Amino acid sequence: MSKITVANLKVGERGLIEQVAIEHIPLNLLEMGCLPGKEVELIQVAPFNDPLYIRVNGSHLAIRRDVAAKIQIIKL
Amino acid sequence: MSKAKILKIALVGNPNTGKTSLFNQLTGLKQNVGNYPGITVDRKEGFFNLNATTPASIIDLPGTYSINPTTLDENIVLETLLNPNESEYPDVVVMVADAENLKRNLLLFSQLKDLEIPIILAINMADQMKRKGISIDIDALKADLDTEVVLISARKKIGIETLKKLILDYKNISTKALDGLSIKVDEEFFGALQKTYPNKSLYQAWLTITQFHNLKHLSISEKEAAQEFLNCHNKVKHLQHKETILRYQLINNILKKDYKVDRLKGTDMRAKLDKVLMHRVFGYVIFFLILFVIFQSIFDWAIYPMDFIERMFLQLSNWTEAQLSPGVFTSLIVNGIIPGLGGIAIFIPQIAILFLFIAILEETGYMSRVVFLMDKIMRLFGLSGKSVVPLMSGTACAIPAIMAARNINSWKERLITILVTPFITCSARLPIYAIIIALIIPNERIFGVLSLQATILMLLYLVGFLSAIISAFILDKTLKIKKHSFFIVEMPNYKLPSPKNVAYAVIEKTKAFIFGAGKIILALSMVLWFLASNGPAKFKNAEQIVIQNNPELNQSSKTFSKKLGSYKLQHSYIGYMGHAIEPIIKPLGYDWKIGIALITSFAAREVFVGTLATIYSVENEGDTETIRERMKMEINTETGKPLFDFPTGMSLLLYYVFAMQCMSTLAVVKRETNSWKWPALQLFFMTGIAYLVSFLTYTFLS
Repeated sequence: MSKITVANLKVGERGLIEQVAIEHIPLNLLEMGCLPGKEVELIQVAPFNDPLYIRVNGSHLAIRRDVAAKIQIIKL
Repeated sequence: MSKAKILKIALVGNPNTGKTSLFNQLTGLKQNVGNYPGITVDRKEGFFNLNATTPASIIDLPGTYSINPTTLDENIVLETLLNPNESEYPDVVVMVADAENLKRNLLLFSQLKDLEIPIILAINMADQMKRKGISIDIDALKADLDTEVVLISARKKIGIETLKKLILDYKNISTKALDGLSIKVDEEFFGALQKTYPNKSLYQAWLTITQFHNLKHLSISEKEAAQEFLNCHNKVKHLQHKETILRYQLINNILKKDYKVDRLKGTDMRAKLDKVLMHRVFGYVIFFLILFVIFQSIFDWAIYPMDFIERMFLQLSNWTEAQLSPGVFTSLIVNGIIPGLGGIAIFIPQIAILFLFIAILEETGYMSRVVFLMDKIMRLFGLSGKSVVPLMSGTACAIPAIMAARNINSWKERLITILVTPFITCSARLPIYAIIIALIIPNERIFGVLSLQATILMLLYLVGFLSAIISAFILDKTLKIKKHSFFIVEMPNYKLPSPKNVAYAVIEKTKAFIFGAGKIILALSMVLWFLASNGPAKFKNAEQIVIQNNPELNQSSKTFSKKLGSYKLQHSYIGYMGHAIEPIIKPLGYDWKIGIALITSFAAREVFVGTLATIYSVENEGDTETIRERMKMEINTETGKPLFDFPTGMSLLLYYVFAMQCMSTLAVVKRETNSWKWPALQLFFMTGIAYLVSFLTYTFLS
């Protein structure tokens, strides 16, 4: 069974963060509020499919796809 | 009583919260940008009076989302606030927070609060709260956060006086940490930590342990102790994770009762603008249009102030010469210092205009969108979306450009950006290109439309850009540096730029160029002056020799003095240096005279044209047309044909496209990378490529 991550979201879709791969994610992103239990929305995807523009914890952030793939979610 | 002690304030806050607006509001023009000792980050300090008897100094610490740093700039916040023994350590911290995203801002607040320093929370953009449907119960927030809270609007000057009063009263602010947060994370771990560091507060000890590699003030034994402690408890990242969750729990509980937002009132301007500005087609079209306007202004509008500055310095030089009695001292001022200063001042218009545009783009929030659009493309070449600003700035001057690379989080991407930026055609190359192109390329039109000369100039820019991109690609594949993809860019709200902030940003960058590059250009032009105005026997007897060789000339005539100047330069130390390198540069099609110009233009490229003017003893040095005519007449002693023919001209043009002909850039690279290794590599490779390409060009063309 493959896990669903932020990288699997389509533009406009939302998810609830279930788990983050702490070792692979910069502390800074956790501190921005990318934490379990928070809602995340994919707002836009850059041309060539990367980076991703997300809204989480009231912040609008651009992160790269490889990091997004480390944030496990439940689709809403 | 002696004069009142200066109250020290540190300004802290997330990026894009209006921290700098508040700083500008409080200090006005009484601010200066320096460097922190030993590192490269700009240190912004300002002064103002809190009341009639209390002067205050305020440092604008770099914007950060957390006390745990991810870039060099952010590290300053940690260093400054964690070391009470340091002179920078503030009496009171003012944290600026954005009313719209208070939750995230409070994370940093909660960390700062735990450092047990008096802290005032200034919630900014109070004027926009109503429109955005936000209401905050300030009194409740004060009680819950156990500190002073004030609503301000830095742009509209609301709440500034209240803030000043609170600062004056800083001794009454509670310095208690928030609610035993650290202990809740892991009792056992933090218990052991407190035992190891009995003299530090718990949070200070925790930061010391987790960030010891970033803390310069720790001794080696202290660092070893920290490492040892970590070795026994290797779960730091998990603890940091848990700490962050706990902090947000606390913040959420507080905001749930003290902070209300009516979501319906939020505007959708962001979404609308994002759709257009970041569109997969229009996004790029708009960006390139903006680039076009910027370059147009740098190359077109900047010409007028540049001409003006050039004339002013020429006049100043002539005027000074007329006022002072002739001698070594006068010569130093007239031929060394004034032209040296002129060589710096001439670039100010282009640099100021470019940074004006960049400041506006950054203030509006557009620059983050460009980073987003360009990241994937740039990454193909080992760069980052954040490399766009340095590469754009490089078209004016590599020095501020390389400094702009500081906010690239990944060291590898930052290093590659620094290394390839000097390939971008900077404004100092333009005078050289202009004169040589005019000399070797006929003033014709291709298909009756395109100017041939302009096309060649454009091609040279393109070659510079392509070599930057290709070198980046090669460096990415060869540099053995572990790459972390710590790319996080906040997409701020769009807003109108504040003229004050833009003006200060332009002044700041221009100053950085003047003092960064200026010192070296000035020092080198003095060394070059010495080498050009001194020499062995023939130089000392120059006057007699020139009289002997030109008996027909009137010794007071202008022609005579120009001939003498030329003879002197040829037999000065620098003239001999030109002769010495002639065998090396001959395969490129250059003679020893060009050799002299290559050496002098190492201080700054644009010196090339001036040096040739002196060597060829051009009558009117300020007039490029006469220099060009004179260069046209120059004969290659071996072939008997014109020296500046097509092969030599092309070879020279390409030499300047690639060669690392700029001392100041090397010095800045050394400073930014903290090692001589990288500037040495640049010098060696870039000049090596330049030599090879010029050699091949000359050989094939002739």
